[in-house]
Amino acid sequence: MKLKQLKALTLATAFAATGSVAGAAGPKEVQFDEYGAVAASLTGAAGDAANGAIVVGSKSQGNCVACHVVSALADVPFQGEVGPVLDGAGGRWSEAELRGLVANAKMTFDGTVMPAFYKVDGFIRPGDGYTGKAPTEALPPILSAQEIEDVVAFLMTLTEE
Amino acid sequence: MNYKSWTAIAVLAAAPIAAFADADEDALVVNGEIEMITQAAAPDHLSDVMDEVYSGWRFRSDETQALQMDDFDNPAMIFVDQAMEKWDTAEGTAGKSCADCHGDAEESMAGVRVVYPKWNESAGEVRTLAMQINDCRENQMGAEKWKYTGGSMAAMEALISVQSRGMPVNVATNGPAQSTWEAGKELYYTRTGQLELSCANCHEDNYGNMIRADHLSQGQINGFPVYRLKNTKLNTAHARFKGCVRDTRAETYSPGSPEFIALELYVASRGNGLSVEAPSVRN
Ligand code: HEC
Ligand code: HEC
Repeated sequence: MKLKQLKALTLATAFAATGSVAGAAGPKEVQFDEYGAVAASLTGAAGDAANGAIVVGSKSQGNCVACHVVSALADVPFQGEVGPVLDGAGGRWSEAELRGLVANAKMTFDGTVMPAFYKVDGFIRPGDGYTGKAPTEALPPILSAQEIEDVVAFLMTLTEE
Repeated sequence: MNYKSWTAIAVLAAAPIAAFADADEDALVVNGEIEMITQAAAPDHLSDVMDEVYSGWRFRSDETQALQMDDFDNPAMIFVDQAMEKWDTAEGTAGKSCADCHGDAEESMAGVRVVYPKWNESAGEVRTLAMQINDCRENQMGAEKWKYTGGSMAAMEALISVQSRGMPVNVATNGPAQSTWEAGKELYYTRTGQLELSCANCHEDNYGNMIRADHLSQGQINGFPVYRLKNTKLNTAHARFKGCVRDTRAETYSPGSPEFIALELYVASRGNGLSVEAPSVRN
């Protein structure tokens, strides 16, 4: 299955799992406050921290470790140093702030190099994943609403500096 | 050092690690005689953003670095030899070889690579080395053009570049080349793709840092074409640009496109003052 179909499917099941689309926010409906925080869960439900850990560490999903060290994921090799060490992030930031940071960090840190994981338009020369080619359909966000909630739940467990 | 102790250090010393991971202090002398300038005062046009420029060689592991210190160990030299044969081989409707017009490459091509890409007055355009090679093939030899990033092209670029090894890069950014240079600069700072990253985000803001398993360099092209251990062939600058743009989840530009020609001129100018190192070796 192509990644894009997979993503669409994940999105579909994410909505299905929450029972109704009410309380869920698509990438264009997310409400950021003036500091870049997002109060409401993107799915209307709580995330799964264990899956969040997988999303953060895996190259094909969040690949957050490309830029951040996460000591809790000591078995994931080659953690990067472009961004700050995420240890203690759950103590430094509220859940709403972390949701905003993962959905679109540019709303918190103006001009940051950190990519927006829940954004589908406003790009210059967007490509179809890592193919180098123009997309033939509307772009899915890099992470689904469910995956973002899972990542946020995982980050909330990182309370030790 | 194993990975665990590396993380431990990273966690303990989050601030100092950037300095520790920067360009190393090794000196590059090839064949025990060609002293390479791998660190130079940044050219004037970069003085607002950095003090010094570094060759990518300074960011590679000792093992990879060693391969470039002696031509017997440098896997790229096989391709230089292959290009030497092509240099002497007549091709095309004119029945001419490169040597028929340019004689001994060692003499006629010394210093050429240093100033490329450069403005060509009669053509009224900025030309990369690849464009000039193909212009000779088409118009002087009546031969087929080579693929822009193909093996024959990369090898011929290496043969021509090797005649300038050790000489400092000195491409012109002003005069008739200026508008092309400006266009390249614009591209260098444009954040492309779904990851919204520009060349500068990685190679200006973060050189010296690890991005996953890669130690980010300044993305200089004084060593191109480069032999990569990863794909065991010579790689051209435009192929590298394409890979980097693709990695921003963007629709890439094509090798040989006006965009990449402009980008090549601009990126080359960021390395003015560094020695031509081609063909170099990278992981
Ligand atoms: C290309 C690099 C990059 C990637 C990929 C990336 N980040 Fe970041 N991140 C940064 C940078 C840089 C900052 C610091 C903000 C700034 O000043 O620009 C940051 C800041 C943060 C912060 C706040 C830092 C703190 O603890 O004080 C969190 C939390 C965070 N990122 C989480 C994530 C997660 C989760 C992912 C993946 C889903 C991710 N990042 C992917 C570069 C990145
Ligand atoms: C997401 C990060 C990222 C972005 C954005 C990026 N690069 Fe790179 N680039 C890398 C990595 C990683 C390497 C391999 C390690 C190194 O040499 O820096 C690399 C290598 C290079 C090299 C080879 C350097 C050498 O000495 O072998 C060049 C040249 C280069 N990049 C140019 C560019 C240009 C031009 C752009 C913009 C069009 C760009 N890069 C955008 C990550 C990036």
